[in-house]
Amino acid sequence: MSTPIDYLLHLADNAVVLGQRNAEWCGHGPILEEDLALANVSLDLIGQARLLYQRAAEMMGGDATEDKLAYFRDAHQFRNYTLLELPHHGPLVGYAAADRDYATTIVRNFLYSALMVLVWDKLQQSKDAGLAAIAAKSLKEASYHLHHSRDWLVRLGDGTEESHARVQAAVNHLMPYTEEFWTTSPAEGSAVAAGVGIDVWALRPDWDAMVNEALEEATLTRPNFHGYVTEGKIGLHSEHLSYLLGEMQTLARAHPNATW
Amino acid sequence: MSSTVDKVWATLEHLTDPEIPVVTLRELGILREVREGADGLEVVITPTYSGCPAMGQIEDDVRACLEQAGIGARVITQLAPAWTTDWMSDEAKEKLRKYGIAPPHHTPKDVSVVKFVRRAPAEPVACPLCGSTETTVTSQFGSTACKALYKCLSCQEPFDYFKPY
Ligand SMILES: [Zn+2]
Repeated sequence: MSTPIDYLLHLADNAVVLGQRNAEWCGHGPILEEDLALANVSLDLIGQARLLYQRAAEMMGGDATEDKLAYFRDAHQFRNYTLLELPHHGPLVGYAAADRDYATTIVRNFLYSALMVLVWDKLQQSKDAGLAAIAAKSLKEASYHLHHSRDWLVRLGDGTEESHARVQAAVNHLMPYTEEFWTTSPAEGSAVAAGVGIDVWALRPDWDAMVNEALEEATLTRPNFHGYVTEGKIGLHSEHLSYLLGEMQTLARAHPNATW
Repeated sequence: MSSTVDKVWATLEHLTDPEIPVVTLRELGILREVREGADGLEVVITPTYSGCPAMGQIEDDVRACLEQAGIGARVITQLAPAWTTDWMSDEAKEKLRKYGIAPPHHTPKDVSVVKFVRRAPAEPVACPLCGSTETTVTSQFGSTACKALYKCLSCQEPFDYFKPY
């Protein structure tokens, strides 16, 4: 059974974009242990992306390779959730810059890994045996990512006045972007129809339960949602993705086929 | 035919993990199978963590070892069934402990994902140096993705815990 390429790219792009974002903390972590933790989470995510890109390249045939998919596509060809490409700080006016905010990092990793443990768990039953094998591995890794980010969510939320305020601001900022999880893109629709993908909508009650329970333990409030639903997974991205890709792709594009 | 397969196993027996040199690739469950394929001998390895940077080195080590022994075999990377720390033998776990790494507990069985995530930490991790179970987790990610960082409250030593996967 073959999986729509765009569906594999959606899963792979999610992993590579968050992996690249988290890796920005490498050498800059708030404490040494967290520096190592985020680097290890990134390694897992980039490893998952590689497996998925390899699978996509295999199905595309021709001269497609995992590197071409990661380094030689532009922002509008990426299929990741908009949530994952945002910088590590809250919204600002166009010309402003801000320091990275660890609360934003933690909240994003929590919201995403809470979704992915559910997604990978179900994808283990995909009719695409290759995708099911990747899901079985990724599930184990996502469980650790969720443990890590959930722990910190509670520590920061139920911590000091300052940490509580910052993590609440991050929740308020990022939660609306999770609405994108629950819309169905054409790629997701055809993957479900082919029996290789999963209906994300069905995961929502479990995700809500996990998120609400963690927020409560962290003494945080879940904001009400109303507004625009992002569409990164169909290629309509924020301005931030091009900058992220610019950094990630520059070496491969400046020196094609370089090895060391 | 099976004697060729045995010879390959024997040749690869001494290969150890690049990051944990006290345990062999076979003991860790990374070296899965040696078989007679349609196009000749095949050596099957399976990756640990998806992003484990040691996997490239491991594959190179296996190839170099086969080449040196004059064995023509293809090295195949296979994802399913997914690698698990449950494949580690008791003998390998004892070697880890002696090396200063607390060996992994068994992975939880038949637990739904959501429940697994909510569950409080399972059995205590014993200090590999003094055996005390009065230990505390410092960080869920240690020097590598497969290990967590712990501290022993009895002897005060920090140590790595090989996480169940
Ligand atoms: Zn001790």
